[in-house]
Amino acid sequence: MKEQTPLSERIITRSIQVAGYSSIVFVLLILSFLIREGAPAFFEVPLKELTAIRWYPIENYFGILPLILGSLIVTIGAALIAIPAGVGTAIFISEVAPQWLKEILKPLVEVLAGFPSVMLGFLGILIVSPSLRKLLELPTGLTALTGALLLAGIAIPTIVSISEDAMNTVPRSYREAGWAVGATRWQTIWGVTLPAARSGVLMAIILGVGRSIGETMTVMMVTGNAPVLPLKWNSLFSPVRTMTATIASEMGEVATGSTHYHVLFLIGIILFLISLAVNITASAIVLRHPKRAERILS
Amino acid sequence: MNIIEVEHFSLSYSDGTEGLRDITMGIPANQITVMLGPAGGGKSTLMRAINRLNDLADVISMNGRITVDGLDVNDPKTNLVELRRKVGMVFARPVPLPLSIRQNITYGLEVAGVTDKTILAEVVEKTLRDAVLWDEVYDRLNDPGVALSGGQQQRLCIARTLALDPKVILLDEPTSGLDPISTAKIEDSLQMLKQRYTIVLAPHSVQQASRTADFAAFFLQGELIETADGKDLFTRPKDKRTQDYVEGRFG
Ligand SMILES: Nc1ncnc2c1ncn2[C@@H]1O[C@H](COP(=O)(O)OP(=O)(O)O)[C@@H](O)[C@H]1O
Ligand SMILES: [Mg+2]
Repeated sequence: MKEQTPLSERIITRSIQVAGYSSIVFVLLILSFLIREGAPAFFEVPLKELTAIRWYPIENYFGILPLILGSLIVTIGAALIAIPAGVGTAIFISEVAPQWLKEILKPLVEVLAGFPSVMLGFLGILIVSPSLRKLLELPTGLTALTGALLLAGIAIPTIVSISEDAMNTVPRSYREAGWAVGATRWQTIWGVTLPAARSGVLMAIILGVGRSIGETMTVMMVTGNAPVLPLKWNSLFSPVRTMTATIASEMGEVATGSTHYHVLFLIGIILFLISLAVNITASAIVLRHPKRAERILS
Repeated sequence: MNIIEVEHFSLSYSDGTEGLRDITMGIPANQITVMLGPAGGGKSTLMRAINRLNDLADVISMNGRITVDGLDVNDPKTNLVELRRKVGMVFARPVPLPLSIRQNITYGLEVAGVTDKTILAEVVEKTLRDAVLWDEVYDRLNDPGVALSGGQQQRLCIARTLALDPKVILLDEPTSGLDPISTAKIEDSLQMLKQRYTIVLAPHSVQQASRTADFAAFFLQGELIETADGKDLFTRPKDKRTQDYVEGRFG
């Protein structure tokens, strides 16, 4: 049979192969470029200085710790807000809302997921930041918390959309089984539906939060851009600077080939590794129980 | 003595289908009542009306009355959680909860507030023995329920239902997807269980119906054609349509 495969089939197969391989090639190219431009930083700046707590490139202080921690605090803050809100909304849409409301909410969420983040940054500057400042009586409204709130806003639609899909694929018979053993509606959602959709919901969380790690524009606009070490309890309410915001705001002015330039690429490598780790975790979780998924879907 | 009374009960789905039309029958306690008939007869609809699982489906109207132990199931004051503990249900396709074998059995008790470890462990062993599954799973109770074979899953679902110590167990074609050996095991356990529980069974074949029935009811297109004690429905059917069905001439 094989040699009878029509030409068109073979062309399609080939092009898909080429597309697949080229994406691998592109990732490797990006990585090698990052390494070429970033690795010299290790020779030009001693490791001790790289891990120091002061980022002030004009005077050759290249401590990237405040930037990493800045990214972490904003992202973790965003995750803490986005996960309960996102999964909760998904539960509402999939399990509680009447059909007509579902049909409105679902497309609305999809639209929000594609909302340009610059616009979100605008909203942040115009609305969220001033109200936070007034509400909490802070000297400035451009804080880690503001960034976390808006990043949560970016992550939530993704989390809602994907976890709602996952919960929708849980067969009705699962819910009936929960009801039939005398579980209430909420006990069934918590004890049966959500666990059955577990891998999809985890995937949704990782993709949503992953989106917020790489997010640049919004955080640059609303976190206040101060590269200070966010270690105190109130760091959430003071300005921070994330890795992405640093690269975006400084890359334009830096002299190609300078130490500062190399360190910015080093930050890029760190970001790359973080998002790689997030994605590997995501696929590991999703691929872990292929059989179980098959049984559930069959 | 009838534990369940169905009185002039009718039910329509929102697409206009009359799932049940004016059904009146009693279901005797501690016997196996078999509801048989071709697909679409309303057997599942009636079972799901008894424990109010139809609440999840698009039911547009219900008339008449169903009582379990004297309790009107459609009374707005009826506590659904209590009703469903009293009337357990096993479905055609086994649906293990996404939990371990042990947790599948203890889940219903845990949501009912039972936390005592020794009680739970006792219930797990006792119900798995009653469902003729213990010997096959006692050394791997922490494996996921879905890792069992289809026949084992179905017996797990029976054990899960028994764990709540219900009065009535509804089984809707519980052996339709199973091999003959699993089917025989389940039929055996039903014979044992009827001493303690009232059993309502939609069989997957006329043979199974005649093997298991203490009391039988024949459903056709939403109507109850006839009921009969023991094996009478199979040996001496009163209605021509019942006779055609049990003799395998249609359905
Ligand atoms: N959720 C539903 N929505 C609409 N019609 C239904 C639904 N469930 C069952 N029916 C219809 O009700 C009738 C009785 O079905 P059912 O109770 O499943 O019969 P049986 O279990 O005897 O095969 C059939 O005509 C079926 O198409
Ligand atoms: Mg049926």
